[in-house]
Amino acid sequence: MSAKELYKTKPLGCWNKAKEIRQNYYLDYAKAHERGGLRWAGGAWTFGAIPCGLGDDVWSITSEPYSASIANNKEFSMRCLEATERAGYARDLCSYMRNYWGSVILNEFLWGGPFPKPDFIWQDHICCSHAKWYQVVSDLEGGIPMFTIDVSVGPYGEVNENKINYLVGQMHDGIDWLEKVTGRKYNDQKLIEAVYNECRATSLWAEVCALNKAIPAPLDEKTMYSLYVLGTLMKHSKIVADFYQELRDEVKDRVANKIAAIPNERCRLMSDTQPPWGFLSLFRYLEQYGAVSIGSLYTFGLIGIWEVKPDGTWGARTTPQEKGIVIKDRDQALRILADWNLSKPEWQHFYSPHLKTEMMIRIAKEWSLNGIMLHYNRGCEGLTVGIAENRLGLIEAGFPVMTFEGNMGDEREFDLTKTMARVDAFMETLGLKK
Amino acid sequence: MFDKFRDWGKNRHDYAKSWKERTGGKVLGYFCTYVPEEIIYSTGVLPVRILGSHEPQDVTEPHIFGMFCPFCRDCLAQGLKGRYDYLDGIMIAQSCLHIRQAYTSWEKHIPVDFKYYLTMPQRVQSPRALPYLVGELEAFKKAIEDWTGKKITDKALDKSIEVYNENRRLMHNVYDLRKADKPPLSGEEAMQMVISSQMTDKEDHNKELKNVLNGLEKRNTGRETGVRLIILGSEDDDLEFIHMVESCGATFVIDDHCTGTRYFWNEVVPEKNRIEAIAKRYIERVPCPSKDWEERRRVPHILKLVDDWKVKGAIVIQQKFCDPHELDIPAIRKALKDKGIKNLFLELDVTVPVGQFKVRVEAFLEMFGEEDLFD
Repeated sequence: MSAKELYKTKPLGCWNKAKEIRQNYYLDYAKAHERGGLRWAGGAWTFGAIPCGLGDDVWSITSEPYSASIANNKEFSMRCLEATERAGYARDLCSYMRNYWGSVILNEFLWGGPFPKPDFIWQDHICCSHAKWYQVVSDLEGGIPMFTIDVSVGPYGEVNENKINYLVGQMHDGIDWLEKVTGRKYNDQKLIEAVYNECRATSLWAEVCALNKAIPAPLDEKTMYSLYVLGTLMKHSKIVADFYQELRDEVKDRVANKIAAIPNERCRLMSDTQPPWGFLSLFRYLEQYGAVSIGSLYTFGLIGIWEVKPDGTWGARTTPQEKGIVIKDRDQALRILADWNLSKPEWQHFYSPHLKTEMMIRIAKEWSLNGIMLHYNRGCEGLTVGIAENRLGLIEAGFPVMTFEGNMGDEREFDLTKTMARVDAFMETLGLKK
Repeated sequence: MFDKFRDWGKNRHDYAKSWKERTGGKVLGYFCTYVPEEIIYSTGVLPVRILGSHEPQDVTEPHIFGMFCPFCRDCLAQGLKGRYDYLDGIMIAQSCLHIRQAYTSWEKHIPVDFKYYLTMPQRVQSPRALPYLVGELEAFKKAIEDWTGKKITDKALDKSIEVYNENRRLMHNVYDLRKADKPPLSGEEAMQMVISSQMTDKEDHNKELKNVLNGLEKRNTGRETGVRLIILGSEDDDLEFIHMVESCGATFVIDDHCTGTRYFWNEVVPEKNRIEAIAKRYIERVPCPSKDWEERRRVPHILKLVDDWKVKGAIVIQQKFCDPHELDIPAIRKALKDKGIKNLFLELDVTVPVGQFKVRVEAFLEMFGEEDLFD
């Protein structure tokens, strides 16, 4: 170790496995028809466990991670964005949506070949753009059967029987619809397995994130992006749940042995909202100051499911199986799935930025942060909603806050040089030098 | 003839303050037309819609990021500037992400007695939306009862529903007169009428509507109708813009705006369970695009308005950054084009560049005369 290197570090052992799972996911979707299976499309937050009841040969493509991958390929992304604009859609709409539509319009799949048209759309709706996204996809593809579940029933603290019934009722209708659209008989046992898997996977991811409370942090946010993404692809799958278990064990080991994400950790930060995907080098720039972004409400709570533990701190939510709950039928499975998802941290701010501020302050305290970087993300109205109030709340709570404007999926709205200059100024206020 | 409506809209704060003095009642500000005003009004509380003032402002920047629509920021600005200091409460019915930020910042920074976020369902096309909304409205009714200390009886709800339905019927009557070859009112006057209905006691408004309707059918406005237009899109209370277009040889004969038809088009159909009747009205009303999925039900509705009001052209107008409308506009413009209806798309901000828009509007209207040109 050099003088600047305070901690040991090493690459993650399960890194290649994460890459392999992701690659297979897109390959499985593209080749589904060749294998006699079905394809569906929907958002990363959709109830993916439900179509599992149609059989093991049903593969999905979730829209946001696919679009983020496009954004990382600047040449293809630009062609997608321009194709969408030529089709008459506004440039200030969600940039994930615009990248995705562009891929459909150009009929080009990011990994080669024509865009694989889904057999049906299975979506959820909490952001203004969610259902409308696929309404347009259906328009562009000449009509695809579509079912959407409205989940916008209010914050978890106010959930009651009426709200749960609304979700569960739609889920039951959705299953009837799936049977009708696919002509397949629905298998409740497969649904139950998927619900168990989802609870296990999303709780384990929260456990991984909670391990980052350790100093030095065993993971940095840039690395976490490549790991949490699996939960946005298929949080209901055994493959992902098993992977997160392996990851949790490895990260635990890193904490026990003080293996750091970056060897010179001197400053701990968190970000907010999706990063500008084409410019993740920004996180490496932070490291020149010994600053590590330990995550964010976004990386922790987009798929991670949390609860307040008896000592008052945040930790992974106890799964139904850990509580000894045996799911016996469809209705029970759907009720558990609805309740589990409604507690998702990233669903709370849709009703009040102040709830998000409280969670961010909690992270800032429990993860021992020195500062916060808020990405005023023009690409995502859903996660940027209320961000200015978050800034005010964090400042009021005494945390140094830096903001930068950008766009997760449209490189025309991000200026790396200017952002690095902002980082320099922020680091100076924190008393850090390269 | 429409002076009273114009004055009420222009002097909305004076009206509300004097209403309070006169009645001793409370005033509740609301942010979206999905708010079930019938329940509020049944307790003697006056619901008033919070709208902007179309002035440049610099007070909302710390609260709402500039990528959100100018309308939501303009509304919040009114609160931060103290122009609604007479409000006893505020509420919102869930619709788009933009306007809810005006509510969430208002509730944090501007003290009021009562605040309520009604989780109005987004998927109004689901059969599950009605029982869900009934449950949410029951909870809201209880919250209002607790706040006002008044039990809401069926009798009070019936009266409130009737006052609101009468208002809707009367405004429909006025709108029907716009089908005439020479409409007896301008689009500007129609907009003044609807806007003022959102911020006055409906009983006052009904009285004035009846007065107006007395002589309206025979009224000669003294102006040429010109090109018959529909205006449609995001929230729009920009009277100056409407006035400008109508001074260029056109008349707006119909609209699809939440400051227009979308606000009053549907009535509450009375039934034994009053809350369910109210819920049905809000589920079945002409939708805001944020709730118009999976089917686009607004499109055939707009095309029917075009037919019934003999529309020749459309101005599609949208608040800058308004995602729900942006998501529907290509489909709507295509439907209009397929029907042979020429349309012009414009993007609104808090302040409208009337001069620039005028050039575009004039060019648009000239297109309607091109057949004469080549005769």
